[in-house]
Amino acid sequence: MITEIIFAIGFIILAPFIGALIGGIDRKVTARMQGRVGPPVLQPLYDVFKLFEKEKAVVRNEVNFYIFSYLIFVVFTGALFFSGSDILLVIFALTLAHAFLILGAYAATSPYSHIGAERELLQLMAVEPMLILAAAGFYMATGSFSVRDIALWPEPIVMTLPLLFVGIVYVLTIKLRKSPFDLATTHHAHQELVKGLTTEFAGPTLGMVEIAHLYETVFFLGLVWLFFASMPWVGLLAVIIVYFLEILVDNTTTRVRWQVMLRSAWLVALVAGAINLGVLTLM
Amino acid sequence: MSYITKSPWIIHYDGSSCNGCDIEVLACLTPLYDLERFGIVNTGNPKHADVFLVTGGINEQSREVVKNTYDQMPDPKVVVAIGICATTGGVFRECYNIMGGVDKVIPVDVYVPGCAARPESIIDGVVRALGILEEKRTKMTEKGGK
Amino acid sequence: MELLVFLILFPALAALLFCILPNGRLRDTIVVLVSAVIIAVTLYLFVLFAGAGTVYFDIESGMISQIMTGLEVIISAGLLYLAAKYRQYLIAGLVVIQLGVVLYAESLINETAALNNLFIDPFSIIMAMIIGIIGSLICVYSVGYMRDYHAHHEGMPDKRRWFFALLFVFLAAMFGVVFSNNLFWLFFFWEVTTLCSFLLIGYSWDEEARKNAFWALLLNLLGGLAFAFTFVWIGLTDPSGGLVMMDTLLAAGPAVAMIPAALIGFAGLTKAAQMPFSSWLVGAMVAPTPVSALLHSSTMVKAGVYMIVRFAPIYNVTMVGYMISLVGGVTFLLASGIAISQSNAKKVLAYSTIANLGLVVACAGIGSYAAVWAAILLIVFHAIAKSLLFLSVGTVEHKIGSRNIEDMTGLLGRLPAVTVMMIIGIAGMFLAPFGMLISKWAALVAFLDAQYGFILVLLLAFGSAVTVFFWTKWLGKLIEVAWNPKPVEAKISNHEYSALVPLTVLMVAVCIGFPLLSSYLVVPYVFGIYGMAATLGQANMTIMVMMVFMVLIMPLSLLYFRKDRKILPHYMGGLSSTPDMHFKGSIGVQRPVALGNYYLADYFGEKRLSNIGNGFCIAFIAMLMITVILGVIA
Ligand code: SF4
Repeated sequence: MITEIIFAIGFIILAPFIGALIGGIDRKVTARMQGRVGPPVLQPLYDVFKLFEKEKAVVRNEVNFYIFSYLIFVVFTGALFFSGSDILLVIFALTLAHAFLILGAYAATSPYSHIGAERELLQLMAVEPMLILAAAGFYMATGSFSVRDIALWPEPIVMTLPLLFVGIVYVLTIKLRKSPFDLATTHHAHQELVKGLTTEFAGPTLGMVEIAHLYETVFFLGLVWLFFASMPWVGLLAVIIVYFLEILVDNTTTRVRWQVMLRSAWLVALVAGAINLGVLTLM
Repeated sequence: MSYITKSPWIIHYDGSSCNGCDIEVLACLTPLYDLERFGIVNTGNPKHADVFLVTGGINEQSREVVKNTYDQMPDPKVVVAIGICATTGGVFRECYNIMGGVDKVIPVDVYVPGCAARPESIIDGVVRALGILEEKRTKMTEKGGK
Repeated sequence: MELLVFLILFPALAALLFCILPNGRLRDTIVVLVSAVIIAVTLYLFVLFAGAGTVYFDIESGMISQIMTGLEVIISAGLLYLAAKYRQYLIAGLVVIQLGVVLYAESLINETAALNNLFIDPFSIIMAMIIGIIGSLICVYSVGYMRDYHAHHEGMPDKRRWFFALLFVFLAAMFGVVFSNNLFWLFFFWEVTTLCSFLLIGYSWDEEARKNAFWALLLNLLGGLAFAFTFVWIGLTDPSGGLVMMDTLLAAGPAVAMIPAALIGFAGLTKAAQMPFSSWLVGAMVAPTPVSALLHSSTMVKAGVYMIVRFAPIYNVTMVGYMISLVGGVTFLLASGIAISQSNAKKVLAYSTIANLGLVVACAGIGSYAAVWAAILLIVFHAIAKSLLFLSVGTVEHKIGSRNIEDMTGLLGRLPAVTVMMIIGIAGMFLAPFGMLISKWAALVAFLDAQYGFILVLLLAFGSAVTVFFWTKWLGKLIEVAWNPKPVEAKISNHEYSALVPLTVLMVAVCIGFPLLSSYLVVPYVFGIYGMAATLGQANMTIMVMMVFMVLIMPLSLLYFRKDRKILPHYMGGLSSTPDMHFKGSIGVQRPVALGNYYLADYFGEKRLSNIGNGFCIAFIAMLMITVILGVIA
């Protein structure tokens, strides 16, 4: 119990910094790929701090409530995950968090944020099956939904769930808002629909979204790591490789239409889920 | 020093420029000049932006847009007028539809003359604007403190 | 025992009274009183029997059975008359065949041996509470609603006497269904619910209502026929009549009870509006909203899933059970998908009901202890959330004159109180931490442990993603408040409020208190059958309750966020916009901003998905029937 709480608190305190570091390295690598120098590694942190220095301006007060709830639930999701709770609850908490984000964008009632919200909703719908199937896969592999048990499983789970792993990496692109799936909002200069989902969020409100994103990044990389939990260092290597791949994809593809995103993500989930779980059932 | 100077996000608006200055602004973001070194990101959204770059003079059509965009930026914020057109109206000054420089509509903090303004001077202008941004930020906190 | 009989007879007698009483204050008061009595008695029932396990009541069946047979004949005659009048020969044929089958079966079975005709166990208590509390609240709501309804539909003949009588007969029949141990009795009540739903759907009796009512009748008669064949089978295998008792039948195990279970399962699928029979429930929305609420939440479809869940132990690890699960699973996925493409609020609700019942059926078909546990919880959460949603949509419809979700933009600003209730209902339907999450969680666990459950897991995974989509976009529409709107004529009748408010409270209470619900009622029931019970685990339970509290506390943050904020106008590409969302378009014309939701009709169109779903489900049901026929031959 105590270790779990320590892990949860550790996550809550450290994740933004780790997330910022990852984000900074991401931007640095991206810049290098484009032959630029790129911003300082701590740039994401500066961005967040700056946002909290800005004026508190909103379209409607309610928006802040939704965004704050989003932040809280993302943190909660990650804390649940790193304290080794039930992975299904983790996924549902994440869905709840995103529902709040989407509601925030809806509540802003502007054309751009409205379309951003719809697109985010599509992204949510595209990703959700894969996450649930991955959880199901973990259960079939280890007999438990508890992240703790899964992490302590003696064999690398990726060997039993190779396809689900690929699927997770695929939807990771959507969740990390990387091109070609950065439909709802994007970190890049090449925006579409202004800033989509976040168009109406200014100053501290946007800051909360950014912080939540930092937490989310760490959480998702933790999820990737979970596939290799029995070999922590290999897992770390895998996380680095996966993230590098994401950056590569981010920089070499152009944004696709939502139809392509939804279809491909569902197809991947269906194929990966059906084959991987089917084989496990028959074995 | 506050963080605002480390992460100034810009929005760029073309008032009625001949596009020369706009190309130079975008050139700043290319690998050669790489504005992102300073944490500068082109957001294209006033609500996220700290620095407002305007190119070209202001005409009847763009007047309202410039004003609205400026109003929708949360404080602290600075405006940089880029190119001689944005500064004074430039060669278009006498045109029937041109009102003049950007300062006819909104307060301008830094003027970057030139036709077209060179990327080096644009970057210089933005960096100067950061100093003003810092000042405004301090003023804002003082006011908030009271 | 008296309580059970009272709950069945009292609403029925009250119904007789309502046939006589004219419209007016007196009748309205009596409706409320009767409802209050039913609620009170149901609660008393709970107090009395909650810890008592399964209790059987011995009632002389001879006389009562004969009365029931007599009534059945009368009902059949009435239906025949209507069918002949409107040239529904198929229905006439079904009625005749069904009656013939039942009478034939009765002649086979020596019913005097029948003891223990009524019973009560924790599952019955849960169902009784759903019927008694939610059903009665809907009746109270109807008082106010129907007054408005007839004010809105002036040309329509005012048959409100009928209406209230039918509502209470419906409740009586439902009590009968959940308390009967004698399958003959159960069948009688079952058919009464079919009849009531037919009459209520056709309430306005215009062209469309009539068509849909007959369609509902037709499909439910099909199910009834399957049910009736159960008796023939029982009569032929065991003329002593012992198997007519549900407990004996269930105790006999799959070897004996497989065929009746399959037939009753089929009947349950029709009544629970599973694909390919789902169309009747969608058509039923022509009825006044309280009827929809009743059909969807506490009666009718719940009778269908009730039977399937009752027979779940028989389905456990069998071909029949697996087929039923697949029907449920496919229905869950595709009906949810169809809901995406609908903008009519009642239609969205109808499809989501079908989908959720699909999930219940899928769980019941698996029939393991965890699955049954999940199924029962799903029934409870769904009943409360759905009745709340239907009633609030009904009220909103009367206030804004539309049931289209697109017209509900910013409803939170216009009708704050009702909208908040609606939001709670929607949240209860799909959002973690509220009800459905727990049930989904349990269903997933159950599927994973089942044989070949991974197919169901796939269906659930995709279906759950789809439900998130259509509920969230609805929720989004409600909170999209663009300006500071004036509340629309806020006068909502007290009757409507007095149903909506308790339902909202109930929703929240069940979400917080579900561990109690689980350990006092669901777990004892499941334990009684399987000797073991699914538990969520203390830690998970804590987490869920924690989440509920977080969601409930979160709105307090508004107190902080309201302070010293600067309000910026919306970003409209730099154009000026007015607070009520008009912007200056070309040549200076003011244009309104219209924000529409995605409906993705090319992907989730009603036609397309229901064709696919019907195809699959017919195939599964065909396999189920083949199993039955093979079983009979063997
Ligand atoms: S300053 Fe020169 S280059 Fe720039 S907009 Fe004016 S005319 Fe074009």
